[in-house]
Amino acid sequence: MIDVAEVSCRIHGTEILAPATLRIPDGQITALIGPNGAGKSTLLRLIGRIAPLQSGRVSIDGLDLAGTASDRLARQMAFLGQSTALASRLRVGELVAFGRWPHCHGRPGPDDRAAVAAALAEFGLVGLAGRFMDELSGGQAQRAHLAMAAAQDTPWLLLDEPMNNLDLAHARTLMEALARRRAQGGSALVVLHDLNFAAGWADRVVAMKAGRIHAEGTPDEVLTSDILSDLYDTPIEVGRHRGRPLVLHHM
Amino acid sequence: MSPERISPDRTGLRLAVLTLLLLVAVLGWLFQGLAGNRAFILGLRLDRLQALALIGAAVAVATVLFQTVAQNRILTPSIMGFDALYVMVQTLAVAGLGITGYTTLPAGAKFLAEAALMTAMAVMLFGTLLGRGGGGANDIGRTILTGVILGILFRSAASLGARLLDPNAYAVVQAVSFANFGKPAAGLTLWAAAIVVPAIAVALWLGPRLDVLGLGRERAVSLGLGHRRLVVGVLVLVAVLVAASTALVGPVTFFGLIVAGLAQALFPGAPHRVRLCAAMLLACLMLIGGQWLFERGLGQRATLSVVIEFAGGLMFLALLLKGRLR
Ligand SMILES: Nc1ncnc2c1ncn2[C@@H]1O[C@H](COP(=O)(O)OP(=O)(O)OP(=O)(O)O)[C@@H](O)[C@H]1O
Ligand SMILES: [Mg+2]
Repeated sequence: MIDVAEVSCRIHGTEILAPATLRIPDGQITALIGPNGAGKSTLLRLIGRIAPLQSGRVSIDGLDLAGTASDRLARQMAFLGQSTALASRLRVGELVAFGRWPHCHGRPGPDDRAAVAAALAEFGLVGLAGRFMDELSGGQAQRAHLAMAAAQDTPWLLLDEPMNNLDLAHARTLMEALARRRAQGGSALVVLHDLNFAAGWADRVVAMKAGRIHAEGTPDEVLTSDILSDLYDTPIEVGRHRGRPLVLHHM
Repeated sequence: MSPERISPDRTGLRLAVLTLLLLVAVLGWLFQGLAGNRAFILGLRLDRLQALALIGAAVAVATVLFQTVAQNRILTPSIMGFDALYVMVQTLAVAGLGITGYTTLPAGAKFLAEAALMTAMAVMLFGTLLGRGGGGANDIGRTILTGVILGILFRSAASLGARLLDPNAYAVVQAVSFANFGKPAAGLTLWAAAIVVPAIAVALWLGPRLDVLGLGRERAVSLGLGHRRLVVGVLVLVAVLVAASTALVGPVTFFGLIVAGLAQALFPGAPHRVRLCAAMLLACLMLIGGQWLFERGLGQRATLSVVIEFAGGLMFLALLLKGRLR
């Protein structure tokens, strides 16, 4: 479980995240939704200890962020940020292999190699393993970053808009991968803009708006016409499909 | 790090060729035109050889390290004002101790104190500049500008200080303010070696961690790397290496850029250990081979430092114009 207690964030005196308290259960896929600028990435970066905690406490599976070695935390959660620019020139296989750093510190053993191979296969990258990252399409590069996070093989995955640049088939492959992990007890906290992926795959939905947690619950509870119209300040209809909400926001 | 590097044989081959070329240059430098008092001349040449090798290795490693921290292939410690900082520290020493005090200081102790002072200042200045956020990658323009301005600031502070205090002191400072590969400072080689060799060993030992650092702050932190501590440690290494090379020959602005750029071009995507070794080999090859050619081939008609700086300046411009900011 990720336990977020009274976590807030100010930048240059402006509060961009009001004190938030939140429990994210493990063994589930939790979707974090909300309009641009709502504070989703901010919250995710605080939980992923990418941004330093200014106030409040976060613990992940009982490990307090402030009191646990970063190296230990890297075996508990993998974080993939919204921007995936790379300064170094790397091949796909090399990037994915870096996901094993918390386990092998640069000396990969058979387990590490197997994890890298599995991650490459999971995201359809076997044929691209030898290509340089800067010679890939946007979606191929995004898949390589996802594979790197997967290779880290952590109980938790923290993903910020992981569908960026992915075509619809690969977007679904990603959700299937998360569901496979969930079946083995894995957990994920995922920032999603496509609400139907949240409706179709998430166990819980957390909606944020203007630096606050706006609504929280199961997809059935949160993905309603009223809540979503209010959340995005635009009329949104919600139908149903195969017993789950179907969000109609395109017209 | 990577289990399946595409062509490890090519990497090995290229490193071997570079090593061989360096060996030829070293032998040429030592034995070509050896006449008269052979033992004496050989001794002199050996001293110069050691100094050139130390400078080459120090500049190469400092540049590669700095570029990793800055997340950028166009910045070098010199462009960011590191060696201007060293010249300023020298000037402060001249100003503080007076010209007699300065020149009678034991060379080694003076050098160590300067290196320490420079390291402290560099870490203070560049630690805050680079350790924050994503480092230079977020705002390269501002980082370059800051460095250039800092460099100008240090240089003007240095010359101002020297002029104000004593006209003779100015000459002393001038002597350390320009690169001269032909006359490395005497008596410093051993002290410089005592600093440079361990610093390079540490850099090589850090190799895999540097590879992770090269992924950028966000990824390095999420992989559990002690990012902040590593950045400060690397900056200490850079400061120490620049202090050593500047003490030996004076500041060289673009030399590091050339060797780091060539190493990157010859070994694309190679891990840090390979790139560090390649950059060191290239740097030593250029300095020793170049000095050999210029002193005995061209009979001192041209100056190696000028040629290197000119070529490096062109390369810097080309990189800027091509927009290869990373
Ligand atoms: N470095 C920063 N300096 C100042 N303000 C910032 C900074 N980073 C984020 N903000 C502000 O904080 C707020 C929340 O940003 P955040 O990135 O968390 O939004 P988000 O919900 O992830 O949005 P998006 O869907 O566009 O990714 C925004 O209003 C943003 O302008
Ligand atoms: Mg965001």
